[in-house]
Amino acid sequence: MTEPFACPLPLLRHETIQMAHGAGGRLSQELTRQVFMPHLGNAFLDLLDDQAKLTLPSGRAAFTTDTYVVSPCLFPGGTIGSLAVNGTVNDLAVGGARPLYLSAGFVLEEGFPIADLDRIVGSMAEAAGKAGVLIVTGDTKVVQKGFCDGIFINTSGIGVLRQEVELSCRNLQPGDRILLSGTAGDHGMSIMTAREGLSFQSGISSDCAPLNHMIEAMLDAVPGIHAMRDPTRGGVAAVLNELAASSSVGIDIEERSIPVRDEVRGACELLGIDPLHAANEGKLIAVVPDEAAREVLGIMHAFEEGRDAAIIGTVSVDHPGMVVMHTVFGSRRIVDLPAGEQLPRIC
Amino acid sequence: MGMKHLDEYRDPELARFLLEEIARKATRPWTIMEICGGQTHSIMRNGIDQLLPDTVELVHGPGCPVCVTPLETIDRALAIASIPGVIFTSFGDMLRVPGSRDDLFTVRSRGGDVRMVYSPLEALQLARLHPEREVVFFAVGFETTAPANAMAVRQAAREGIANFSVLCSQVMVPPAMRAILSSPDNRVQGFLAAGHVCAIMGWEEYEPVAEAFGVPIVPAGFEPVDLLDGILKVVGMLEKGCSGVLNAYGRVVSREGNREARKVMHSVFGVADRPWRGIGLMPASGLVLRREYARFDAERRFDVGHIAPRESPLCRSGEVLQGHLKPDACPAFGKECTPQTPLGATMVSSEGACAAYYRYHRNPDSL
Repeated sequence: MTEPFACPLPLLRHETIQMAHGAGGRLSQELTRQVFMPHLGNAFLDLLDDQAKLTLPSGRAAFTTDTYVVSPCLFPGGTIGSLAVNGTVNDLAVGGARPLYLSAGFVLEEGFPIADLDRIVGSMAEAAGKAGVLIVTGDTKVVQKGFCDGIFINTSGIGVLRQEVELSCRNLQPGDRILLSGTAGDHGMSIMTAREGLSFQSGISSDCAPLNHMIEAMLDAVPGIHAMRDPTRGGVAAVLNELAASSSVGIDIEERSIPVRDEVRGACELLGIDPLHAANEGKLIAVVPDEAAREVLGIMHAFEEGRDAAIIGTVSVDHPGMVVMHTVFGSRRIVDLPAGEQLPRIC
Repeated sequence: MGMKHLDEYRDPELARFLLEEIARKATRPWTIMEICGGQTHSIMRNGIDQLLPDTVELVHGPGCPVCVTPLETIDRALAIASIPGVIFTSFGDMLRVPGSRDDLFTVRSRGGDVRMVYSPLEALQLARLHPEREVVFFAVGFETTAPANAMAVRQAAREGIANFSVLCSQVMVPPAMRAILSSPDNRVQGFLAAGHVCAIMGWEEYEPVAEAFGVPIVPAGFEPVDLLDGILKVVGMLEKGCSGVLNAYGRVVSREGNREARKVMHSVFGVADRPWRGIGLMPASGLVLRREYARFDAERRFDVGHIAPRESPLCRSGEVLQGHLKPDACPAFGKECTPQTPLGATMVSSEGACAAYYRYHRNPDSL
């Protein structure tokens, strides 16, 4: 006698992501109900429709998207989730927009621990709460083991642009001051030192944070700020070079004014990396007319994320397109773009 | 990690004092070579060359292991890394260095399993974890990296890890110094020796070089104050007409160096003639695996056929590496040759003199 035929039911209690979690069936629903909704739920998301229907304030909107593939996905000071929220919030905010709504798309690798996913989604909710934005629509796909590195996240965001503000990297004027909102290179060195294979514990925490509230206050006080950028990949050096090139001006920075944490400087020395080339995820560079620079700096200092803000340089008519650093020793050197991937030195 | 002490060696006041002393002491023009590419980068990055008096000229030495690794060896690495089943491991610096046609990144993008590691012991661990794969480590470097590379090979032999091998391009500093000083058009009158190399080797072996050629040799560190202290000591000896070795890196270097590290190194490696890229064959200037460890030699293990490297005819890195040519005096500098389109390794490596000039001093007129 043969066994009666039975369709094997998928296990509902899994500790790791299964292919079925992305198949749209029962396991997908479980994941939504048990991981995503408890953290991210809101009036839009709770409807579980294929789209979020939003009412936007009148005026111009800003729209941005970014995909996050950081490894490791959990690191001191944040997760790939908080990074995905803060990164998109900051991309909107540095353009003079008030961030409102985000989407989140997940690509999960089969076998990824659900406990880690829970922690990541929790950190997204926390970051969104801090920034005052809602995640209103989302999607999850699962790929076979080996087809992605644990978890990738895409976030897109919509914000409304402030009317009186015109921020552009083509706006730099000779005499403008360059403001950096805090210590350089924290995120990049946190990731580099958290990677497997480095046998030292650095204790460097990522600076991952939303900047929209501080930016709001800066623009409330000085709507005439010329340009704002967040120095993520490529670091402070890359943003300064882009600003100098776009506006065809030179930028002079003072080494002694640039805030860098001792432990970041130490890790940079060890790995042969320039702190100005290392990534930041909670910092901004603002280019401000000289007469307003002190006022803007004062406002930044009032915020936790701008506590270490400093005026680090000046826009000049000399050496257009080039960033020159005045060292603490009285010499000068070019601050170049990083040449590709950050690599440790050989000896 | 307590990195606070670094500030002491980046102290602008102390640097200014040392610069004044150098200017006061140097009554005649002197040409000093810093051997190590790490020192070259620190000099350019901190603009030390701009701050020195006109009497003191720094020329940049061959102490960039990536730069002097022969193109033939790089092409061999690319060929081995392309073999299915091989896990090819390397320090990050080597991944970007172009061979005759492409680099290790390109091999990886074509499906080769190329991995960046921070230590040869990490590569050995990969071999333990993947017994079905061949794990190759690109053992490049001066005396600084040799002990760890030797340790990995010795460990592999002890544990009988048969799927581990090293592609070896180990070179040594003193033969290069002798070659530079013996050259008919040599201008170098004194040396800053590489602090990290001396940490392993000590400075005993530099004493005969200093004596034979009548030059001062000063082991020095990498921070601005370390370098200026080293330069001051070289200038002081030159002005007095002294030769010999005087240590300026006391917190790291002793005369006998690290005996244990040297013992491991010599137990695994023997001395051999070695071609240096851009310079040519230098007698007794390299390290090769001893006969009892020859089975860990990737060059023997993998038959990749005949390799015919093609150097760019425009690249003059050999002259740069011997201090005959300043990087920005090369006609291809910043034109045909940039870090994105390098003609030679000196433009790619983080220790390369051409890369240092490009990165920090590309257009000195505007500085």
